Amino acid sequence: MSNIIITDSSLRDGNHSVKHTISLDSIKRYCQAADSAGVPIVEVGHGNGLGASSLLIGEAAVSDNQMLCEARKNLPNSKLGVHVIPGIATIEKNILPAIDVGVDVFRIASHCTEATVTKSHIEYLSKNDKEVFGVLMMTALATPSELLENAQIMQDYGAQAIILMDSTGTYLPSDVEERISLLVDTLDIPVGFHAHNNLNYAIHNSIVAIQNGATYIDACIRGFGAGAGNAPLEVLLPVLDKYGYSVDINFNKIIHEADNVLNYLVPKVPVSAPVNILTGLNKLFSGFEKPIIKASKLNNIEYSSLIFELGNRKLVAGQEDLILEVAQSLNK
Amino acid sequence: MIKAGIIGTGNIGTDLLLKLIKTDFIEPVIFAGRRMSSNGIKLAQEKGINVTDKGIQFFIDNPNYCDLIYDCTNAIDAKSHAEVFKKQSIKVIDLTPAKVGDLCVPTINPEAIKTRGNVNMITCGGQASTPLLNVISKHCKLNYVEVVSQIASDSAGMATRLNIDNYIHTTERAISEFTGCNNCKVILNLNPAIPQVDMQTTLFIKAEDIKFSSLNKDIYKTIQRLKEYIPHYELVMPPTINNDVLVLSIKVKGTGDYLPEYAGNLDIINCAAIEISKNLL
Repeated sequence: MSNIIITDSSLRDGNHSVKHTISLDSIKRYCQAADSAGVPIVEVGHGNGLGASSLLIGEAAVSDNQMLCEARKNLPNSKLGVHVIPGIATIEKNILPAIDVGVDVFRIASHCTEATVTKSHIEYLSKNDKEVFGVLMMTALATPSELLENAQIMQDYGAQAIILMDSTGTYLPSDVEERISLLVDTLDIPVGFHAHNNLNYAIHNSIVAIQNGATYIDACIRGFGAGAGNAPLEVLLPVLDKYGYSVDINFNKIIHEADNVLNYLVPKVPVSAPVNILTGLNKLFSGFEKPIIKASKLNNIEYSSLIFELGNRKLVAGQEDLILEVAQSLNK
Repeated sequence: MIKAGIIGTGNIGTDLLLKLIKTDFIEPVIFAGRRMSSNGIKLAQEKGINVTDKGIQFFIDNPNYCDLIYDCTNAIDAKSHAEVFKKQSIKVIDLTPAKVGDLCVPTINPEAIKTRGNVNMITCGGQASTPLLNVISKHCKLNYVEVVSQIASDSAGMATRLNIDNYIHTTERAISEFTGCNNCKVILNLNPAIPQVDMQTTLFIKAEDIKFSSLNKDIYKTIQRLKEYIPHYELVMPPTINNDVLVLSIKVKGTGDYLPEYAGNLDIINCAAIEISKNLL
């Protein structure tokens, strides 16, 4: 059976669950562990990727440059990956410096229906012989045919793989099957999947994605990621093995590190708390968990009513300012 | 009456034409595009406006045809157009991100059009945010400014999408110029929700020695002034200070002349361009 390539997003998506405060020392220790276990791609950065440290989304404890330099030093074998959202990051301000640091894989992301904003970024990286993937975020907000259309746009720009993100943690396995199989059957490039665990389907959905032809899968140690977290790497590896898929990662080292990370990286293992179940059902970005709780408390309203209203407004990732505005308006 | 020409007959140019027709101080004397079959040209003809499909060549063949040009083409063409109009001493209000001339905001440096041959209207986020930021900068020492805008996906054409980096860099430059604060960040979100979302811009500001009550008064005063030329400019989240960060949010609906009402982002640039033109009277 075909080889599965895992991207470990703990040091990027995990930043959401600690308000972007992952330290250089944690990056160093986790990169060393992931590298020695043979993880193919390690993604590092602010939760919303390059250039995203902001009052809007959260200020990072360390700069992009510091994070990437530290990771690069400690990843002699693994590829170093970054998440890039046009509209937040630009080629000049963020991508060029990341190239200088030695980033290997650029994952250029847009809201699932807005692939055309990635044109200049994907084309630039592709022309400069960088490994570049197209990432469609918040995919539960689009139909399968819209996703295919946007994936094809990114493929035309030069993306070498397409990653579908269930950023809201909304999908059931049948949703994943329908979307992944459509892309795998139609695109000329590999397809990947990034799960969130709001409805406790992260592992199940990842397996279904692979069974339908996905070859790139995102996972995080202890599921360390936004909201209810992602597919836990230490669970995904043995499950893949039981299904007969080969993954070239040392399971013993990962299971050992899954304990260690509690001492330096993961203060709290993500769970599907009620707030995460509600954001998942209302198709809201998992990273909104903390701003939603904060804005509800500040304005003395129930977070459930805020989540419901935000769902109606169909916010995309990066619209934390509207959480404040809607919370204030509900308080009136 | 100012005799004005518009070059570029796309969404912006056509919406601007309809707005010019409504004014009593600008006479649109030529609407220059490249295709007689374009929707903009057809509409202009219905309105009895003089049109051409010769583009910039029309102005080369008919020198000094007007006093003022609104360039609504694109950054690359606007650069070469600027040379043509400079030779003829025709004033240019540039609505593309070409940045040939000074960045210009009606409430801050409206006189630039008089002293300069060519002024640039920055971006929608720039026109929405810099009037307030400029005023705020007079009441405190700004350490950091962040401007986040949402626009409807349907209002963002391919040119906006291709030049999304340009939008960010140009808006950041305008913020630095008009506040003196070099530490700034601009973020643009495209939201595809249907019905389409209105343009909304949120300002996050880190500052020292904020004199809140006088600043607050000036913010409201500025918004009243902005409403004079951007009728549907509206404060949706009043200024508040939280953990030393000043936050406020505004919304801009369009007037629905050619573009739909949700396209406040396109409307605001045209409104600003017309407001600037008044200084030529």
